[in-house]
Amino acid sequence: MATELAPNQVVPPAVPMTGPAPRRKRGGRQRPLWRDLLRYRWLYLLLLPGLVYFIVFKYLPMYGLTIAFKDYVPFLGYSGSQWVGLEHFQALFTGPDFGRLMINTLILALLTIVFVFPAPIVVALMLNELRIRVLKRSVQSLIYIPHFLSWTIVASLTYLLFSVDFGVIAGWLHDVVGGQKVDYVAQADWFRPLIVLQLLWKQTGWGTIIYLAALASVDTQLYEAARVDGAGRWRQFWHITLPSIQPTIVVMAILTSGNLMDSGFEQIWLMTTSLNRDVADVFDTFVYYVGITQGSFSYATAVGLFKGVIGVVLIFGSNLLAKRLGQRGLF
Amino acid sequence: MARSRSVRYFDSPGSRAFDALNLLLLIGLAVVTVLPLLYVVAGSFATESEISSRPFFLWPEKFVTDTYKYIFSTDTFVRALLTTIAVTAVGTVVQLFLTLTMAYPLAKRQLPGRALVLNLVLFTLVFSGGMIPTYLVVRDLGLLDSYWALILPLAINPFYLIVVKSFFQELPEALEEAARIDGCNELNVFLRIVLPLSKPIIATFSLFYAVAIWNDYMSPLLYIDDSRKWTLQMIVRQLTAANADSANVLQQLETVSFPEQGLKFAVVVVATLPILLFYPFLQKHFAKGVMIGSVKE
Repeated sequence: MATELAPNQVVPPAVPMTGPAPRRKRGGRQRPLWRDLLRYRWLYLLLLPGLVYFIVFKYLPMYGLTIAFKDYVPFLGYSGSQWVGLEHFQALFTGPDFGRLMINTLILALLTIVFVFPAPIVVALMLNELRIRVLKRSVQSLIYIPHFLSWTIVASLTYLLFSVDFGVIAGWLHDVVGGQKVDYVAQADWFRPLIVLQLLWKQTGWGTIIYLAALASVDTQLYEAARVDGAGRWRQFWHITLPSIQPTIVVMAILTSGNLMDSGFEQIWLMTTSLNRDVADVFDTFVYYVGITQGSFSYATAVGLFKGVIGVVLIFGSNLLAKRLGQRGLF
Repeated sequence: MARSRSVRYFDSPGSRAFDALNLLLLIGLAVVTVLPLLYVVAGSFATESEISSRPFFLWPEKFVTDTYKYIFSTDTFVRALLTTIAVTAVGTVVQLFLTLTMAYPLAKRQLPGRALVLNLVLFTLVFSGGMIPTYLVVRDLGLLDSYWALILPLAINPFYLIVVKSFFQELPEALEEAARIDGCNELNVFLRIVLPLSKPIIATFSLFYAVAIWNDYMSPLLYIDDSRKWTLQMIVRQLTAANADSANVLQQLETVSFPEQGLKFAVVVVATLPILLFYPFLQKHFAKGVMIGSVKE
């Protein structure tokens, strides 16, 4: 409340600038702070640990982003280190890695949009057409499982199945295609297909839940009316089922595009080998290499900040786009 | 009335063919999803020679438990398993405590400052300091190589917090009011009225957090240097990932002869088993959680 006013500024009459008026009457705005604190002391006490968590582990790191504009030297600390302006960003944009990182990140994002994003929609629609309850449930139970397994396990399974020495799938492919044995896990050519395969295996089943919920909430009267009007199964699907999940698809699309720059650190990191680094390196893993492995904290932070800002722009941008297209959007 | 009509509909040959194909594809999908897991379980009970000679099997020719005997005889593996169990147990309690205590006041609309805190929480969903600044905070707190680094930096998941908060908001206000009139302060209302009513959601989120900690690979990778403090996920990766530095790990496993391939299968099985054991509960609660989470305030 202690906003400083210029001496000659006209103080407006007691009209609330923000917030609805009734709240002001009921709420504690006009009471002194200490009385609120006293009155709600137990609630504030309960709030405190969580608030401390957010300040320490979420907002201190945001302050720590300032080192992206400094030459951070650990023993000088955040405030003691020299400001260098946009030097690190310049180094990033003009450096040899930027193009490769951008292309790798974008290709993975594109593959995600084309293959991974539609998969749960298709499977949910298929499940929706399945009218035998028991079978539907069983299929659902089985395809949800991989979601709960860690990326380490997924990477290990990939290794055990595709390993050149004893991998089952590698063996099959060798029998079918013939020729030289291929080390699928290590080689650059197979990095992206394997990443997409892993994503499909791990996330498709789980991803159906949200669409199935949307499908379950469709008013059955719509279908009955359509049938009375002589709509076949295909037309019912096209004119009722599909439109009914369209808002969900839009929301999920917004969320996906907000995450386009997040290539999934754990997954990529676990699948990176010395042979495939040229195609595997993305912003997330690069930050780890540069920051943790090489100790260039400032440069790594700048790379991370660049990625984060793009992420924010993407999520707000796609939300805005969805609204322009007449959809409800996220916020 | 529309029943008979609909039945006739689905009975048309084209429709039946579609149903059959649809069913076939979905069963195929389910099989493809579980087959790798079944193979790994089978492989973990097979002999070394069977793994390398037989292309694919779901039941080993010769059923052996050598691999399990072996991994449980090594200090490295047993230590990692116990560490992971302990960190998961303590971590779940700590994270649940922080989430519940913060969610309750945030559910009270009349609390001054609530909107501000809520916005602080929501903002972290869109933007974060990122890997390096968080790492530096953890380092400056002296948490590197401490088990707390596996628990505290991820202590509150903002999504879960919002869901729990919404749940608290839906609780009947009358009960709390009655307790207040009986002279309970807010703390007692929370402990004696609200928490007992929240058992289902507490169960749900214990599972949420436990699975997240158990599966976490990034935190130990970032914060734990000392290999004696490694968790199971680190061991799994060291042994089986594509770029595994297995020679080094195997050396630590202090051994001369060991089931080299079978070992990898067994380690994956042990690291997955708790998740699969809890899976029936997980599926039930998680699916519900996703749905609650998708409802906007």
